[in-house]
Amino acid sequence: MNRENKISPPPWATQLLRWYCKPSLLEDLEGDLNEYFQRNIKSSGVRKAKLVYVIDVFKFFRLYTIRKPEFITLLMNFIMIGSYIKTSGRSMVRNKLFSFINIVGLAVSMSVGLVLIGVLTDVLSYDKFHQNHQRISRVIARYEYLGEKGNNFMATTSLKSARLIKENFSGVEDVAILRSTLQGDLQIGEKIIPLGGFWANPALFKVFSFEMIKGNQVTALQQPFSLVLTETSAKKLFGDQDALGKTVVLNKDRSYTITGIIKDIPFFSHIKFEMLGSLGTLEIIEKEDWRKDSWDDVWRTWAYVLLSEGADTKLIKTNLDNLSKKEDPSVKNTHIELALQPMDNIMFGDSIGNEIGPVLGSTLLWVFGGLAFIVILSACLNYTNLSIARALRRTREVGVRKVIGAMRNNVVMQFMVEAVIISLCSLAIAIVGFFLIRPHFLSIEPEIQKMFTLQLSPLMLIYFFLFAILVGVSAGMFPSLFFAKVQAIQVLKNTASFGGSKKITGRKVLMVIQYCISIILVCASIGVYRQYQHYVNFDLGFNTENILNISLQGNKPDILRKELSELPEVKAVSQSMMVTSVGSYWGTNMKYHGSPNDSSGVGFNSIDENYVPLLGHKLIAGRNFEAKADSTKESEVIVNQQVLKRFNIGNQEPEKALGDVIKIDGKDLTIIGVMKDFQYGRANNQVSKEIVFRYSKKDSRLMNVKLQSNDLIATHAKMEAIWKKIDPVHPFEAHFYNEQIQEAFAGLSATVKLAGFLAFLAISIASLGLLGMVVFTTEIRLKEISIRKVMGASEGKLLYLLGKGFVFLLLIAAAISMPIVILFFEKVVFPKTANHAPLNVFEMVLGVLAILILALIMIGSQTLKAAKSNPAEVLKNE
Amino acid sequence: MKGTNLGEFEELVLLTIAALINDAYSVGICDELEKQTGRTVKLGVVHAVLNRLEEKGLVKSKLGEATQARGGKRKRYYSITSAGKSALLKSKEVRDQLWSMIPQLSLKRI
Repeated sequence: MNRENKISPPPWATQLLRWYCKPSLLEDLEGDLNEYFQRNIKSSGVRKAKLVYVIDVFKFFRLYTIRKPEFITLLMNFIMIGSYIKTSGRSMVRNKLFSFINIVGLAVSMSVGLVLIGVLTDVLSYDKFHQNHQRISRVIARYEYLGEKGNNFMATTSLKSARLIKENFSGVEDVAILRSTLQGDLQIGEKIIPLGGFWANPALFKVFSFEMIKGNQVTALQQPFSLVLTETSAKKLFGDQDALGKTVVLNKDRSYTITGIIKDIPFFSHIKFEMLGSLGTLEIIEKEDWRKDSWDDVWRTWAYVLLSEGADTKLIKTNLDNLSKKEDPSVKNTHIELALQPMDNIMFGDSIGNEIGPVLGSTLLWVFGGLAFIVILSACLNYTNLSIARALRRTREVGVRKVIGAMRNNVVMQFMVEAVIISLCSLAIAIVGFFLIRPHFLSIEPEIQKMFTLQLSPLMLIYFFLFAILVGVSAGMFPSLFFAKVQAIQVLKNTASFGGSKKITGRKVLMVIQYCISIILVCASIGVYRQYQHYVNFDLGFNTENILNISLQGNKPDILRKELSELPEVKAVSQSMMVTSVGSYWGTNMKYHGSPNDSSGVGFNSIDENYVPLLGHKLIAGRNFEAKADSTKESEVIVNQQVLKRFNIGNQEPEKALGDVIKIDGKDLTIIGVMKDFQYGRANNQVSKEIVFRYSKKDSRLMNVKLQSNDLIATHAKMEAIWKKIDPVHPFEAHFYNEQIQEAFAGLSATVKLAGFLAFLAISIASLGLLGMVVFTTEIRLKEISIRKVMGASEGKLLYLLGKGFVFLLLIAAAISMPIVILFFEKVVFPKTANHAPLNVFEMVLGVLAILILALIMIGSQTLKAAKSNPAEVLKNE
Repeated sequence: MKGTNLGEFEELVLLTIAALINDAYSVGICDELEKQTGRTVKLGVVHAVLNRLEEKGLVKSKLGEATQARGGKRKRYYSITSAGKSALLKSKEVRDQLWSMIPQLSLKRI
């Protein structure tokens, strides 16, 4: 009996009952339920009894049992809101400095939050225009050769798997197949337009909701040599004429019929194309390369399945595994794992290989989200700091309110309202900040510009508003609870300094952390910027000044060269296959007869006879190429010093190496010159140090033009006019060599920008927090200061007294963070990067000093204010 | 007026309270009703009825002593008020009157 009595009903159910039940009915009801519970234990066991108890608790949730919301409280709160707003407004106006700091601090951090919200809304709106977007999944594949693990999934799969899924799987309505790459010049009459897209099967229009304006959705992609164009591409090709049924020639090869025109692809589609070709075409064109039935050709086909309503994805995954089991033996040593990736997850998902277009990836989102969160959090903490710094004045107000009859929740409400008002004011500024940040954010990387618009939409404004309220509530949470705890008697009895002092240690720690973050970010930005400068101005071993690289885009170079040479601004013209030192590599295999079994990969560039002098490559021995006709057999080569070293040609003496023969691509080439080593790859990369120059004009893809002009823009325009005459189809693509090198380090400059921006935010927020701390402490010690003054302390001494604590904290922060940054660069960054600039500790110290000086100015101004205060004013109240 | 008339179940509960005299609390009433009528009586229903009767002023209640059983919660004992008594009497009267109107024969024939 006693033991049974100890078994009690589920406590949460009792809690629920207590929560909703009227106090007048509660005791009786709880007792009744308990009695029944004990009875049920005896009759039908503990478990059943508990279940019945829970059910009963829910059953008693009736009109007559539930606690009526205390109408008075609601009404009070409602009436009081007006008063809260009024008093909040007054207190904001009274403490202009505090309100200003709060609003600006929150606004700064919120603008970052707004950008994040913008990114999220954009990402969320991806692919939603497809009617069945929730039912579309992508087949992704993981390639495993000889059991090697660690390969990740790729967005592509094999054509065979797509076909088998369509034929054999239940729960799959249809499979849309996209295959790379359909790219080329479309010719209609004299007009040539370059377009890009995919090869696709007819099911594409069933799975996706690309809207067809003209043509038949079902049959458009059925016949070989059919093309579907987007509205814009059709307009480009045919103007206002009706394009349907017309034929065009692709790449001067075969003609295709236009069988459909679809609306332009919406911006928020992760699949983008200008035209689609029927997949059947490929079967005819590619023949051997088509590999319709190869299980391991998983690199160039995207398959999207439309699942039927309520399809069991687990079952499909099991079926996919079974399919792999069945098909794996068809290819030796290979295992292909297939899986489904819901289309709505593609933009958010992990970045996997072979994506069909740019994808945000969850990593970037988490990093950005995390940083935004840190910034917002520290702004909220600042708000807390500042509010409590004002505690001295406001506690009396709260005390009076409480005496008059305010309840705890009234006080909480008042401070919440105040925080929300402040955060709404911040929102107004933050939106301006959002517009200021937006272009910079979009231009951090070219990819980002293709993925996001960050256009303000009504939905986004609603999100902004909710966000501001959330920030306000979380910022106001701690202060309002703090003030709600205020005891009227204590406050009004004037035992002034309470509460705050205990939390000072915590806030000191917080401040040190904030300053650590700022200093780390500042030093890191300085460090990375130094590297960027170093690489951009790196001595590559040749000259890149005033050299314009023009992409030939398949045109014959001779006419262009002739026309360009006639311009007075053009000093010299040469041809080459590639631009060196910007991160591209062209490799080939080389053998030397001195060591017949030794072959090695070397980097190369195919050039003409003008290239070496134009770019100022230094020949240590031998001569440059001489002009030859295109048809001449390749027979000569220029090598760099590293090649001599690698193969030990001529005992590494350049003069002796001349005339020796090496084998490249099966051709015997005579060394006619040895050049000084130069940076072939990007300056921060040491791959491929053995370089050869080969003579081949027909492999040229670029024209290098050395300019001498005061008006580069005009020269550029002149050259563009020449280009237009020669190739009206493709736009003129010309870049200055120096700019290309800068572009090659765009990632680095993006890092500098982002880190610099975050450093700026972190400093602003940390400074505001510091200001709050200083004001708080000086206010608390105002009487002490006055007494010291009366006793004869000088202002300087007081300044020292008040400021030393903070300076000490700042020095701790610097002492912690500086070594972290230096170690990070020395141990993590530098071992991985070649040719790095030495760490400039002096510059970093300067950066830290700048932060410290900023902090000192704030400390100084506030403490000076306190030190200058008239002791008579302060002490007369005592 | 709805308030003055007794429902069938209300009347039963009221009668049970009267019959139990000093032991009329929710669970007790429930058990007694089950015993007398032979039908299952849900606590929730009884509770609702008791609450309604109290609102109508037909019963009054007071809390008893705390006991070890019921998790230390007190019982709420109900007793009939004079209004309750008259309501019961009135409904009995109505019934009796109607009974008296039925001729003996007509009942026997069914």
